[in-house]
Amino acid sequence: MAVKIKALGVTKLYPSSNEPLCALRDFNLEVKEGEFLCIVGPSGCGKSTFLRILGGLITPTSGEITLLPGKEDVPLQSIVFQEYAIFPWKTVIDNVAFGLHMRGFSRRERRGIALDWLRKVGLIKFADAYPHQLSGGMKQRVSIARAFANNPEILLMDEPLGALDAQTRAVLQEELIHLWEDLRKTVVYITHSIEEAVLLGDRVVLMTAHPGTNKSEFSVPFKRPRCFALTSAPEFGQLTYAIWQDLQGEVQKTMEKQR
Amino acid sequence: MKRGLLHLGIGNRDRLLSIGFPILLLVLWESAVALKWLDARFFPAPSTVGVALWNLIANGELLGPFWLLPGKVRAGDWSGVLKVFEEGHLWISLFRIFSGFLLGAIPGIILGVIMGMNRTIRVAFDPVISAVYVLPKIAILPLVMLIFGIGEISKVVIVGIASFFLVLINTTAGVRDIEPIFIEAGQNYGASRWQMFYHVIIPGALPIIFAGLRLSLGTALIVIIAAEFVAAKYGLGYLIWFSWQTLLTENMFAGLVIIMILGALFTSGLQAIEKWLMPWQREERPAPVDVSDTQSAKR
Repeated sequence: MAVKIKALGVTKLYPSSNEPLCALRDFNLEVKEGEFLCIVGPSGCGKSTFLRILGGLITPTSGEITLLPGKEDVPLQSIVFQEYAIFPWKTVIDNVAFGLHMRGFSRRERRGIALDWLRKVGLIKFADAYPHQLSGGMKQRVSIARAFANNPEILLMDEPLGALDAQTRAVLQEELIHLWEDLRKTVVYITHSIEEAVLLGDRVVLMTAHPGTNKSEFSVPFKRPRCFALTSAPEFGQLTYAIWQDLQGEVQKTMEKQR
Repeated sequence: MKRGLLHLGIGNRDRLLSIGFPILLLVLWESAVALKWLDARFFPAPSTVGVALWNLIANGELLGPFWLLPGKVRAGDWSGVLKVFEEGHLWISLFRIFSGFLLGAIPGIILGVIMGMNRTIRVAFDPVISAVYVLPKIAILPLVMLIFGIGEISKVVIVGIASFFLVLINTTAGVRDIEPIFIEAGQNYGASRWQMFYHVIIPGALPIIFAGLRLSLGTALIVIIAAEFVAAKYGLGYLIWFSWQTLLTENMFAGLVIIMILGALFTSGLQAIEKWLMPWQREERPAPVDVSDTQSAKR
C-alpha cells in the first residue's frame, strides 16, 4: 500500500525564558494508506504536539511532513480532539455537520449526512439537544461523528477517549473499531493506554520521554474484525506486557523529572 | 401562621416570603409615618408617594401630555407626536440612555473583538483603555459639554463613553476566554476567517459580552441621572433634583420608584434577550440516560 503520511526529522522547539523547550526531536513516522497507527508515550512526550503538526495547527521548527493528497473534493485530514472540543453553542446535529458546513454543503445535504452519522453512533434522539445535556461518553461520540461525517482521508485522534471512565471507554473503543473497520481510513491515534493501542491499532509506535522521539515500534498481528473480547486473549496480554516493559523506563524517567 | 407557612411547599413558601416581606416593609413605613415616628416631610408615606406618582402622570410631567396623542395621530401631526414625548421626563431619559448605550456598545463590541483576536492592537491599546476606564465617567461631563455644547448630544455622548469602556473590556475578556481547543477545531475543520468569527468567536464570547452589556446598561442609568442632576431641564434626574430643591419630597420619591422599575425592566429585558440568543445556556435539564453509557447511568 502507498505511504499516506511521511514525517521526517520533525522537531518542535517552544521559546521559553531560559533555553528553548524541546517538545519533539527528530521524530520520524511513516503511515500506510488504510493503516490504523497508534502512538504511545509517557505524558508530556510531545505526542499531542506531533498530532497538531500533522493537523496543520502547529508548524514544526524543522523537519518535513508529507500528507499524500488523494481525491480533490474530500478534506485531507480531520482531528478528533482530546476531551470535549465540540461546540457548546451548537446543537448535536450542527456539531456533527460543522465540517460540512464550513466546506459549503447546503443545509439539507449536511443535515442528511449528519443524521446518518448520528444514527451510527446511536445519538439520533439527541440531534437537537445541546452538548450540556449529554454525558461525557455521548459528547465524545459527537466529536467522533463530527470527524467521520467530514469524510477526511486521514483521521487524527488525540486521546479521544482519555477523559472517560473505564466502562464507557470500553464501549466506545468497540464502537470505534466497528466504525473504522467499515471504512478503513488512515488513522493516527494518540493514546497513553497500551491496551487501547493494541486493541485498536495495526501498529504501535512508542515515543521516548521529553523530548519525544522514536523509541521502538510493535506490529499488532491480531485479525480483524476485532472486538473487546480480544483483551482476554493470552497473546493480547503478552504483547501489551512486552510493550510495557519497553516503555517502563521512559515513564520512570518522566516521573523522576517531575519530582 | 407559623404552622401555615411550614405546611406550604418550599416554592410557595419562598414566593410568599419574597412578596410578603416587601409588603410588610411598606406597611411598617406607612404606619411609622401615620404614628409620626418618621417625619413626613423627609419620608413621605408610600401612599403619598403613590398619589404623587399618579399626579405626575396625570399632569403630563412624567409621560408628557399623552392624552393628546390619539388626536395628533389622527390629524397626522407627527411633529406634534414627537413634541408630546419631548415633554415627558421618562421618555427623555430613556432616549438618552438607549441612544448613548447603542453609541457605546456597538463600537465597544467591534473593537473588543478586534482587541481580543489581535495581540498587537491589544498590547498597544490596553494601557490607554485601562487608564481611561478607571476615571469616573461623570467627571468628564464638563469636558464633553465643552466639546459638544450643553444640548442633548453631550448627554448621549457621556452615556456612550461610559457604556463603551465596559462593553469593550468585557468583550475583549470574552474573546480571550474562549477555550483554544474551540479555535483549533474551527481551524482544523476549515473555517474561513468570517466563519471562525461567526461560528466560534462570537458565540464563544457571547456570555461575557452580555455580562458587559448588563453592567453598562446599569452604568448608563447612573450616569444619565447624575448628568441630569447638573446639566438638564428635562429627565428623571432633573425631576429628582428639582423636587429636592423645591422640597417636594414625594415627587423625589416618585422619581426614585420610576428608576427602580426601570432598572428591574432593563435587567429582565436583557435576561430575556440572553435566553433567546443563547439557548445552549438554559438551566441544566436532567441529563438523558443512555444505557450503554455507565457515566450517565450512575447518575
